[in-house]
Amino acid sequence: MEKLQCTCGHINPPGTILCESCGRSLTKEEQNKKLVDMRYEGTARRSQTYNKSIIDKIWNFFSSVKVGVGIIVVLLVAAAIGTILPQAQYVNVPVRNEATIKAYYADVYGEIGKLYHFLGFHDLYGSIWFIVLVGMLAISLIVASLDRFVPLYRSLKNQRVLRHKSFMNKQRIYAEGAAPEDTLQKAEQKLKELKYNVTLDKNGLLAEKGRFSRWGPYVNHIGLIIFLFGVMLRMIPGFYVDETLWIREGETRAIPEAPGYFLESEKFTFETYTGEGEEEKFGEAIERVGSVAKNYQTDVVLYQTPEQSLPGATDEMERVKEEGIQVNQPLKFDGYAVYQMDFKLNELRAMTFDLTNKASDESLGTFTVDLVKPEKSYDLGNGAKVDLLGYYPDFSGFENGEPKTATPVPNNPGFLVRMFTPETPEGEVSFIVIQNTIEPLGENQYKLTFQGAETRNVSGLTIRKDKTLPILGLGGLIFMIGVAQGMYFNHRRFWIQQQDNGVVLLAGHTNKNWFGLKKDLDQVSEFASLPPYTDQQEEIEKLEKLKKEQRMEGDEVS
Amino acid sequence: MTLADLSSNLLYVAFLAYLIATFVFGGAVKGNKEGSFKSEGRWGKIAFIITVIGFLSHLGYFFTRWGATGHAPLSNMFEFTTAFGMTLVGGFIVIYLIYKTPVLGMIVLPVALLIIAYASMFPSEVSPLIPALQTNWLAIHVSTVVIAEGILAISAGAGLVYLLKVVDMNKKSKQRFWLEAIMYSLVLVIGFVIASTFFTLTDYQADFNYIDKDGNEASIGYNMPPLVGMNEYTSLTEDAMDPFFETPAVINAGKVTTILWSFIFGTILYWLIRLIARKRIAAIFKPFLKNVNLQLMDEINYRSVIIGFPLFTLGGLIFAMIWAQIAWSRFWGWDPKEVWALITWLFYAAYLHLRLGKGWQGEKSAWLAVIGFAIIMFNLIAVNLIIAGLHSYA
Amino acid sequence: MTEQNTKKTNKKRNRAIMRSAILSLLVLAIGYTIYNSVTADDVEVLKVGDQAPDFALQDMEGVPHKLSDYQGEGVFLNFWGTWCAPCVKEMPAMDRQFKEFEEQGVNVLAVNIAQSDFEVQSFVDRLGLSFPVAIDKSKSVMTAYNIRPLPTTVLVNPEGEIQRIVTGEMTEEDIRGFMEEIRPQ
Repeated sequence: MEKLQCTCGHINPPGTILCESCGRSLTKEEQNKKLVDMRYEGTARRSQTYNKSIIDKIWNFFSSVKVGVGIIVVLLVAAAIGTILPQAQYVNVPVRNEATIKAYYADVYGEIGKLYHFLGFHDLYGSIWFIVLVGMLAISLIVASLDRFVPLYRSLKNQRVLRHKSFMNKQRIYAEGAAPEDTLQKAEQKLKELKYNVTLDKNGLLAEKGRFSRWGPYVNHIGLIIFLFGVMLRMIPGFYVDETLWIREGETRAIPEAPGYFLESEKFTFETYTGEGEEEKFGEAIERVGSVAKNYQTDVVLYQTPEQSLPGATDEMERVKEEGIQVNQPLKFDGYAVYQMDFKLNELRAMTFDLTNKASDESLGTFTVDLVKPEKSYDLGNGAKVDLLGYYPDFSGFENGEPKTATPVPNNPGFLVRMFTPETPEGEVSFIVIQNTIEPLGENQYKLTFQGAETRNVSGLTIRKDKTLPILGLGGLIFMIGVAQGMYFNHRRFWIQQQDNGVVLLAGHTNKNWFGLKKDLDQVSEFASLPPYTDQQEEIEKLEKLKKEQRMEGDEVS
Repeated sequence: MTLADLSSNLLYVAFLAYLIATFVFGGAVKGNKEGSFKSEGRWGKIAFIITVIGFLSHLGYFFTRWGATGHAPLSNMFEFTTAFGMTLVGGFIVIYLIYKTPVLGMIVLPVALLIIAYASMFPSEVSPLIPALQTNWLAIHVSTVVIAEGILAISAGAGLVYLLKVVDMNKKSKQRFWLEAIMYSLVLVIGFVIASTFFTLTDYQADFNYIDKDGNEASIGYNMPPLVGMNEYTSLTEDAMDPFFETPAVINAGKVTTILWSFIFGTILYWLIRLIARKRIAAIFKPFLKNVNLQLMDEINYRSVIIGFPLFTLGGLIFAMIWAQIAWSRFWGWDPKEVWALITWLFYAAYLHLRLGKGWQGEKSAWLAVIGFAIIMFNLIAVNLIIAGLHSYA
Repeated sequence: MTEQNTKKTNKKRNRAIMRSAILSLLVLAIGYTIYNSVTADDVEVLKVGDQAPDFALQDMEGVPHKLSDYQGEGVFLNFWGTWCAPCVKEMPAMDRQFKEFEEQGVNVLAVNIAQSDFEVQSFVDRLGLSFPVAIDKSKSVMTAYNIRPLPTTVLVNPEGEIQRIVTGEMTEEDIRGFMEEIRPQ
């Protein structure tokens, strides 16, 4: 493509529609139009001009609005497909791995589920192609904005005051006619009053207001790019922490990924609405659904060890603060946040047993085993005592005669004991699990009977630290500013020229809200006695409507 | 009378006012045969006043209910949907003040009526808040969303008026088919309301046991005659109707039954209307639309999106993310409701690019606005009722 | 004319460079994001060659052990629990090898994950273990070493660096080889 020389002598970049200097239409097509296309000030959108190397072709591809909208639509459809069946992260399987998840989709959703999993839709939003799509959207945002912003900025920056008549009379708002001598000065005065920036050149005037609104689209795109950049950073290890901590009442635990910080759970509370007193009004609703949760709360104490202290050494811990962690009220410290996410109620914490004579049912006393701190021996007095030989919190059977535990959690506690009484000074060995007793060394005279238990609750907490939040927030803020800037403000311009014969030419343009522009112009016209203007767009429409009606009447007649 | 009773009475008043206003708006538009705008102006004004009275009463419902429950009444399907109807009417009132468009009232008010009627099919007793909702973000997030959606629905209303005017109902075309499909789907909502009300009044109840998707035994109560049975169902109610077929465990046959009954009632109603009017429903509106200013409708369509879109971004995405970060520890989790909010946002972003960048105005824009409304309704109805997630609150 | 042409080619070249730079930067960013998302699951906080985090624990006898005190010697750090069958299985082999390497500057420390004193003590007594055993009550050492499956054994060389991280059960042969690896020369 060649550069275009306008009749005014200015040389324009290839692809330009309206001369950058005087505003004459440069293409045949444009010359035949009744109104000029002002969308990008008639500048050459950069991508349209060159189409040579492969890089240029890729660039042009991403610069197109059509492609941009295409990417948006593909993303939209993809996102919708991801909601047809639940995503893998929301699927409930006892053991989480590829195989169980695959099996889950096949079992629960049948053939459709199999296909869904086969196509990778169970992890659609984390899939490579989805990330590539979002990436393409980002490229489109950047390329399309650069391509339009740069020439628009240049052309608005280098605006000439004096434009050719053919530019002026193809503006939507146009006036031509006689006016008094001082009309330019008066117009200038009034326009300044209306907060327009006025530039004068010889016998012409350019008044402009709200140019910044033209940058709105680019500002909001910058916001989106910043947001996407933040999202990208989150994928880099170290930018955010997401850990789970199960903590029992009374326990003190190191907070994962937060070196030097410890958390003690004092109490976990689970409340439901009672429907009484203050809550009486909710009675009907509670009755319908059974029960409604009111509060999940873990009362914690946060500790910190001194700077120089090492993992494992907890004696120098200092209390930082006490807080009740609730849903919607995470514990915050040092950039971290600890959330109430889950709980388990009534885990065994202590068990009480009674040592009794099998024959006479006579009790020799009771003792309580603290499952957190079992002791070697429990003295019941009167010569009776029970020695604990082994404790198996989650008894799962014997292996080579040795009791085994499946987990460290007291789901099914087993105790190997030796019971001493005055009658049996040698001691009798017994193995006790809930509702079962084994006497491995022969029939005993004494037994332990389960009396009662104390329980405690377990809180499921999530620890988060997200360094990208400020970036994401900034992106969102800039996006909103850009949207407001572009949508709620508008760029208004008037060109006025007084020709040698006293005739005044006037043209007006705005990117939106013509009503507001006309209101401004009415004030100026009145004050400066400008010739009456016409809205050429309306004229064209009226004409078309008239033609159409005539045609319709013609139809009816025939 | 307790505050809660007062509240529900105010809602009845609002419903009634909208109903009357719809007909007065219709009369205002229709009565204007000679092309003189007088009757439109006079009757339009009366209809508008009735609408405002209804809206004030609706606001009264909202705030008295807030007083009665102690939290913003935006916490379940009934409350959210009722509020959606309210913001829709509120948006219309603003548009009317600017543009004086009775014809828009004739279209928007019936839609608002349908929405309120639909809402009242859900349990409406005052209910307490679960821990996740006990925060001011409930009011901030949901009210912004509901206002934004109300405004976006106005754009669809204007789009619908545009389409009803320009689509030729006498010639077979894709446009005619889809426009009639929109009318049919609106009638289906009436079908749902009739079906629910009918079976509630006749006190229908049938209970079944079934095996759920995890293989556990569960039970379900049907409020409508069971057309479809749950997985391996056994009837608990004597002489309850025997379902025609059984569904796989992942499908809730109770919901399918409700949908089927809505279709049955809705379709019957649709054909009744067509038989009586002897034309398509979309064609019935033609005489009311003689004086519609298409350009103005296009303008209203676009204006509403320009206001609704940023508000939706703020409420449906930004506030939503802030709250999700506080309550669920992550600002985004690809929960179906979140995804559909994103889809809505992407859709309106595409709308704006097509309109501003590709010059899609007039009819194309009108179709897009109506599709946007369909997406919003899908997110409100289908995502809540069919695709379960963290947001399912009905 | 030639001057104009050179100007033109220059401009064109600059444009090509600019566009290539922007596009490749963006493609790189996307590629990096994908790389991170694919490898997200197996990100380890500690790697072989890192300085082993220092810690301080008391063993069952009340003797304090600080990792940095063993500078110049090898440390065989075994994380275990009584419920973990492979942990239990490898203990006797570890004990035998410990006795062989003890004099050669190889230390064994078995770190139990937050079980009760009773459980650990009775286990030690039953197996007659001779190396020190400590309980990580608050799981802070476990957290510092980012231990997920049990057993995990971290081999620390005389320079205090992580020589090797072993997850899963070890044979006596393995244990012998590993102790050989961290034995001071």
